Amino acid sequence: MGNLTPELAALRDETRDLAKSYGLDFYEVIYELVDHDELNMVASYGGFPVRYPHWRFGMEYEHLSKSYAYGLSKIYELVINNDPCYAYLMRSNSITEQKLVMAHVYGHCDFFKNNAWFSHTSRKMMDVLANHGAKVRRYMDRYGQERVENFIDVVQSLDNLIDPYSPYIDRGTTPRADARSEDEGPAREVKKIAAKDYMDRYINPPAFLQREKERMQAEDTQARRFPAKPARDVLKFLLDHAPMQSWEQDVLAMLRDEAYYFAPQGMTKIMNEGWAVFWHSQLMTKHLCDASEIVQYCDTHSGTLASRPGQINPYKMGVELFRHIEERWNKGRFGAEFMACDDPEVRRQWNRPTNQGRQKVFEVRRIYNDVTFLDEFVTPEFAEDQKMFVYGQDPQTGKLMIVDRDYTKVKNQLLAALTNFGNPIIKVIDGNYKNRGELYLVHEWVGGDLQLDQAQLTLQGLFRMWQRPVHIETNEGGKGRLLSFDGKESTSTEVTASHPAVGRVGSAKA
Amino acid sequence: MSVRRIDQDHTRFRQIVKGRIKQDLKRFVSSGELIGKQGQRYVTIPLPQITLPRFRYGDNQKQGVGQGEGENGKPVPGQDGEGAGQAGEDAGKHSIEVDVSLEDLAKILGEELELPNIEPRGNKQLRTAAGRYTGISRVGPMSLRHFKRTFREALKRQIASGTYDPEHPLVVPIREDFRFRSLQTRSVPQASAAIVYMMDVSGSMGREQKEMVRIEAFWIDTWLRHQYKNIEVRYIVHDAVASEVDQHTFFHLRESGGTKISSAYELCLQIVRDKYPAQEWNIYPFHFSDGDNWSTRDTEHCVSLLKDSLLPMCNQFCYGQVKSAYGSGQFKKDLDTAFRGDEKVVTTDIQDRDGILPSIKAFLGKGR
Repeated sequence: MGNLTPELAALRDETRDLAKSYGLDFYEVIYELVDHDELNMVASYGGFPVRYPHWRFGMEYEHLSKSYAYGLSKIYELVINNDPCYAYLMRSNSITEQKLVMAHVYGHCDFFKNNAWFSHTSRKMMDVLANHGAKVRRYMDRYGQERVENFIDVVQSLDNLIDPYSPYIDRGTTPRADARSEDEGPAREVKKIAAKDYMDRYINPPAFLQREKERMQAEDTQARRFPAKPARDVLKFLLDHAPMQSWEQDVLAMLRDEAYYFAPQGMTKIMNEGWAVFWHSQLMTKHLCDASEIVQYCDTHSGTLASRPGQINPYKMGVELFRHIEERWNKGRFGAEFMACDDPEVRRQWNRPTNQGRQKVFEVRRIYNDVTFLDEFVTPEFAEDQKMFVYGQDPQTGKLMIVDRDYTKVKNQLLAALTNFGNPIIKVIDGNYKNRGELYLVHEWVGGDLQLDQAQLTLQGLFRMWQRPVHIETNEGGKGRLLSFDGKESTSTEVTASHPAVGRVGSAKA
Repeated sequence: MSVRRIDQDHTRFRQIVKGRIKQDLKRFVSSGELIGKQGQRYVTIPLPQITLPRFRYGDNQKQGVGQGEGENGKPVPGQDGEGAGQAGEDAGKHSIEVDVSLEDLAKILGEELELPNIEPRGNKQLRTAAGRYTGISRVGPMSLRHFKRTFREALKRQIASGTYDPEHPLVVPIREDFRFRSLQTRSVPQASAAIVYMMDVSGSMGREQKEMVRIEAFWIDTWLRHQYKNIEVRYIVHDAVASEVDQHTFFHLRESGGTKISSAYELCLQIVRDKYPAQEWNIYPFHFSDGDNWSTRDTEHCVSLLKDSLLPMCNQFCYGQVKSAYGSGQFKKDLDTAFRGDEKVVTTDIQDRDGILPSIKAFLGKGR
């Protein structure tokens, strides 16, 4: 297993036992010793050298190897979520760096195995992706490389339209359009409460009956709509309802699975990196580093944590927050009494030895994701200590200016940026728009406009799948806008009245 | 493993970029960039990139959260106008940034834009520099023998022939094992170059236009410095009259008023005549303007100045026309008509920042 030198193998065993002694829990880790070119290659495939052929990986490879060749950057660690975990070590790294990387890797592997958001991911992904690769190759042999690749291009330009929470919640199923019964039966009657005639209009007030009737009618129309509920998993909707050949369906399903597999990594970037740094610094400074290595360790470590002013480094943010949590739960800075206290001095001095810090960080790594992690644990003290601020662009000079250091604003901005991985939230509202089988999407506008030219081009790809005109309703500069593509030309019109189903989405949300 | 998968994917990517296959993707090719740091400033290195369209947010509302010192209302530290890179997004990959030397930058630029090396003109173009002992040869005087290499060869031979005994690690070189340091001579171009930048600073050249000129001038400078040992740079600004200025002024000055391009050409001619005799110098005038000239008479004067005096002395004359809201762009058309078929005159249109790289390629791609 693996190809480590005896020295590195001994180091691996030592690091693994240490990590276990701290309570880290992971699948077996297999280290591969590779040179920089192999590492760049593996990294281009997102850690899985077995994936389907596509030029995008070639592009990634060119970028990685060029920036390595020009000495601009190098990757020195790569680990994938699988059972067993595969981790890659760069052959040219020094022993100190290898120690650090190994310690770091065990942090990631523990996180992959235990964090709840990863619970649905396949742990045999290496095999799954190899199968996907083999199938795509077979389709390419059969239908032509270009044809299959073009289809993959389209899917890739849509693969952020998934519902990252759906693996954890039962959203029900969208019935197929043709499966709905044509026979709707008689219109439902509003149920009246039995009453004597003379009491009837008091017990069943006509205004109320009228309202109920309207509500039921609206419900019925919505139920007759297709989809009955707005579908956030656009890929699934296409998979179920778009007219496709079976190989296309298969490719789409595979790429969708891959998108869901990679989604938790995006959801937990800050936590995952923070957790790994937390552990490598523990293991290195307490055990693995000997005196002669400490300077080199510090150099590499600080390189990882360095943040340019004005940017958030997930490694730093994550590890600082984990340390902050550990300190708070060690010093009793939690619970109703602490939260109610609003004297900053008292809060800073607060020290009731509870020593639950270690236990707490393990709990946090199990159940949180980035959004909930920051929402729950970024305190005013933390924001202040980390010198966090909100910036905005000065319209005159185009420079970025510090706008505010207020903690609630900082936090709102942070959370907004992390919501849906910084992607717009887009749902299918109507698969039978105008009763002409056209597809109607809605961008749930929450403050950021779409890049309209990009959106138009994306619609063209979507049309390729839906094969009927496609529309997306969004907002531009505060005004409603409908982008459409009918197979020949792209149009953009102002929307005065939203699609009737949109109103219901809004009210359902409120 | 015969052909690596990544090589197949990579070839395919290159073919798309070059437009050989899948032409409909060609419109998504952009010059992405690698970001390198040179001293205090970040520079970007062009790399082709294909960005598939997606539903994504526009960058019209730039805001976010940062960390660091500073008061409200102050600029976010560490941004010098351009090229602040985004942190990587992929999980589990660590990257670090390294400084790049100007020399390397020039090489990178040359490779990416496929620029040819410039052939210096003149007779005494090459001079043999005193060599350095960087080579290895099998023959040579004992005073120059290379101990380490010699013993390494001996060890290799002994292991191969099975006479090496780890218990008695005795290595004895024989005649064939000896290696000697040898002299490598290097050719060093002796020629030197003079660059004259001329820029129109009339009212119509705005901030963005100047910025584009600045970026382009930086890269041209970098490349030519890489090619020549001696390089001298002169800066001329002009509106209705021309004057020579220092570098700082060149990039920051804002004048307003009319435009008389011939004034700049006359001054350039004068500088070249006084300081840079064409026999010894490779001369590269660059002129940037938005293409509005005062009168057609002046344009004719410019053309005759170029034709009769300036061009015979220069390696190449480059004119870059920056797009501005006010410029008519007439001057480029006039030059193109006057110098049709003349290889020494290169004109380019720079519509926006994306136009900078093609323009550099046009200017330097001929290797004159």
